[in-house]
Amino acid sequence: MSARQTILAEIADVAAMQKKPLAPLGDDLPLLESGLDSLGFAILVARLEDKLGTDPFADGGAFPSTLGELIAFYDRVPA
Amino acid sequence: MPAPLNALGAASGARVATPGRSFAPSALRSSTGFADGRAPLRGRKVAIDVADMADALGAMIELDGWAARIALLPPGLSSDARRDLLAVAEVDAIVGDYRDLLAVAEVDAIVGDYRDLGINAFTYDVGALRPAPPPVGDAATQWALPTSGTSGKPKLALHSLASLTAAIAPAPPTSWGTFYDIRRYGGLQIALRALLGGGDLTLTSADEPLAAFLARLAGAGATHVSGTPSHWRRALMDASTPCFAPGAIRLSGEIADQGVLDALRTRFPHAEIVHAYASTEAGVGFAVSDGLAGFPARWLDEARTPALRIEGGTLRLKGPGVASAVLGADGAPFDAEGFIDSGDAIAVRDGRCHFLGRVNGTINVGGAKVSPEVVEAALAAHEDVAMARVAARRNPITGAIVVAEIVARSGALASPALGQAILARAAERLKPHEVPAMVKFVERLELTAAGKVARHG
Repeated sequence: MSARQTILAEIADVAAMQKKPLAPLGDDLPLLESGLDSLGFAILVARLEDKLGTDPFADGGAFPSTLGELIAFYDRVPA
Repeated sequence: MPAPLNALGAASGARVATPGRSFAPSALRSSTGFADGRAPLRGRKVAIDVADMADALGAMIELDGWAARIALLPPGLSSDARRDLLAVAEVDAIVGDYRDLLAVAEVDAIVGDYRDLGINAFTYDVGALRPAPPPVGDAATQWALPTSGTSGKPKLALHSLASLTAAIAPAPPTSWGTFYDIRRYGGLQIALRALLGGGDLTLTSADEPLAAFLARLAGAGATHVSGTPSHWRRALMDASTPCFAPGAIRLSGEIADQGVLDALRTRFPHAEIVHAYASTEAGVGFAVSDGLAGFPARWLDEARTPALRIEGGTLRLKGPGVASAVLGADGAPFDAEGFIDSGDAIAVRDGRCHFLGRVNGTINVGGAKVSPEVVEAALAAHEDVAMARVAARRNPITGAIVVAEIVARSGALASPALGQAILARAAERLKPHEVPAMVKFVERLELTAAGKVARHG
């Protein structure tokens, strides 16, 4: 599974767990409008750290603001 | 002694704004938001229990120097938690807004409930001011602020306006904004900075989208903006308000890690970035402006206000910002030398003091405190759970998230489906941030000599 597929699957899973309606997941979707709240993002990032073996947020660079940037954020580190 | 807030001069044109309301603090010299006037509240112990933060701040301004005690109730309390807090705070009056309740009968029912508790109810609306003579009160009003503990009986730290403002240096008017709720210590600090400095204050509400708040901050010209590291991480994900560029960024209420400090520096290269340490009981400890996580270890040896020391692995403070007492607590909060134990564990590495978290195991999820014992009890309510241990897992978005290890009762199949079922059951009695984000089944959990689940230090 590619990083993209893993990320999209986990976003859908976290939203379902939180019973939150999810916006259509295009690359231009602003993360703050995706439907996940702060806690949802926290859970997503923890799960992705387990699945992809990396936590790009810990590096302190520019935070991603769209879904496409989030995927690129994980893609820049070889999983 | 600072003059009471009700003596704020009429000269300032500063305004306080939330999504729903806006008022000038100076207007409260000649008008009041109390439907029945402020006279019946003089000398009383008053709880402020309103939804909108502008109403809350208006009532605080009118009651400081006028009431004997102001108790600040945070929003979103359950009726049980509210009743417990009212009892511990020993209030005899409560200020509500009640305007969201449509039926007069409902208001009557609420007021009647309070009357049964010996508490008189008053309504407040800073959006419907009526003329009133200037308050002449100069009582040494006590301020009672709920501490952030999450389990057991509520506690309230008792402050004075002098202790609350001990760390606030005179400054020219500045336009402030904060992500915090001003009913909590960190948010109240910002509100008091705005009021004492005569500057504008932009506040949010629980249901305001982040991008809308950032746009209002930018529109109000807020130069000094404060929030927790988690608030700021979320703001860093926003790309819709490029005009939001505060000149001074303040973080507190959670451990500021190097990642969030560096990310803020990247996004706001010209801003002054400060992370501050404060607690409801100990007051403001210090502010760190060198861009590095933690604080310099040499501060422990310097003559500072407040004085800092580390004893038993936790940070202790002594100074004019410390609470005078803690209602609902056993005994005094100080040691023999007058130091208050913050309960925050510290490690000293390479000349720097780093925060490790709460020594009692309390987990800080984006500024909201979680008691592991409360979560463990909720998990154990499921019939297939023999034992549960809850811990923090470091997280770059909320600082920490809650994770659980569970020993399944013998005969139960430790499957992902069981994990989901246990979490679903626990979620019925927990707040969303308290529900473990991840569950792992284990064969056994260590116990201490006292028979409690062993926590890792």
